Amino acid sequence: MVTFQFIPYHEIQQLSSAKRVNKLLNIVKEERIVIMEGRLRREEEADLIEITMEEISPKFKGIELSVVYPDKTRQDAMQKVRNTVATLLLGDRQGFTIIGPASIVKKIERNPDKIELFTQEAAKAKKKR
Amino acid sequence: MIKITSKAVFMDGINRFGLINYAVDGEKIYISSSTTIFKKKLKIEGLGGQTKRMVKKLFQAFWKRFSSNMFSKKSHVKLGLYGPPNGGKSTLANRICTDWLGEEMSSVSHIAHETREINVKEQVNIKNKKGKELTFSLVDTPGIATKIDYEDFIKKGMSKLESKKRAKEATKGVIDAIKWLDTMDSVVVVLDATKDPYSQVNITIIGNLQARNIPVLIAANKVDLKKSSIDIIKAAFPQYPVIGISAKYGKHIDDFYEHLFKLAR
Repeated sequence: MVTFQFIPYHEIQQLSSAKRVNKLLNIVKEERIVIMEGRLRREEEADLIEITMEEISPKFKGIELSVVYPDKTRQDAMQKVRNTVATLLLGDRQGFTIIGPASIVKKIERNPDKIELFTQEAAKAKKKR
Repeated sequence: MIKITSKAVFMDGINRFGLINYAVDGEKIYISSSTTIFKKKLKIEGLGGQTKRMVKKLFQAFWKRFSSNMFSKKSHVKLGLYGPPNGGKSTLANRICTDWLGEEMSSVSHIAHETREINVKEQVNIKNKKGKELTFSLVDTPGIATKIDYEDFIKKGMSKLESKKRAKEATKGVIDAIKWLDTMDSVVVVLDATKDPYSQVNITIIGNLQARNIPVLIAANKVDLKKSSIDIIKAAFPQYPVIGISAKYGKHIDDFYEHLFKLAR
């Protein structure tokens, strides 16, 4: 069984970068897959990788991470203005982030518009076939 | 090497505000400048704790403010090779060093995380067809990954003990590579052109370089392989220059060197 946990943006909005990253990582270490509304800042993504590396042990092998974010180059001027205003008022809630423990999620494949999540069990079953 | 007192450095540093480049390396501060007195690379020694911190902070603030302008005037840059594991960073580092210094700098392996420490080769001097020269320090970094499983190394034939040691060193290597991002003047992101470029590690590396205003060149490596596709990498990162190369066989390597001149301009 795979458990997903949804993290709405307002749950992390007020947290400092370190607390955000730790909150997400703690959930993942409990073998749950995080689906977060919005995305981390770029520096926070790097911090997440750094802290993940510090936490790696025989039990915790790391994370799989993927961010789905709207392609801004495809947006027209009106959409851009609307999104900028929304971001200023409500924070950057566009897109979503998936973070899963490497022990459960084998890989996340991302094309610009599609996301595929392969679990370790599915990968093993595919090999057996 | 010129040894100077803290006060003299402090005052001189301020007086030559617009002309000084600096680099902090642990407890040492390196300064270089086009002014006569600072023309050589200086090593500041014997600074007291508080003064040293003040000097560091001043130079750091100065660097942040003027780095982009100063970078354009530099002839000596720190060039980092970044990317996921097994993309060919060390192979490219060896190619550059063999071509211009006549010696290799890193060991390479088909097993991931062969490079687990930052390797620096100072004073790599390259020339282009027009006779222009570029001198840089080449920094070969460990591959950045979000997961490291020692069992993967066992599957490649390593002992359990060796595998655990390699995994531990590899995690430290990833942390170091991320920490060193801030010190880079320009970066070549080395991607395996046979693999999916849309991995979050690639996006995170490039996004962090962009956030730090560090110029980026993407080297789509392993173009000698049939499965390779430069077009997919170009589509994934349309805002950056992409050059297809085979670091192993030297394919398109002259074009790559030409791109380095543009990168360091």
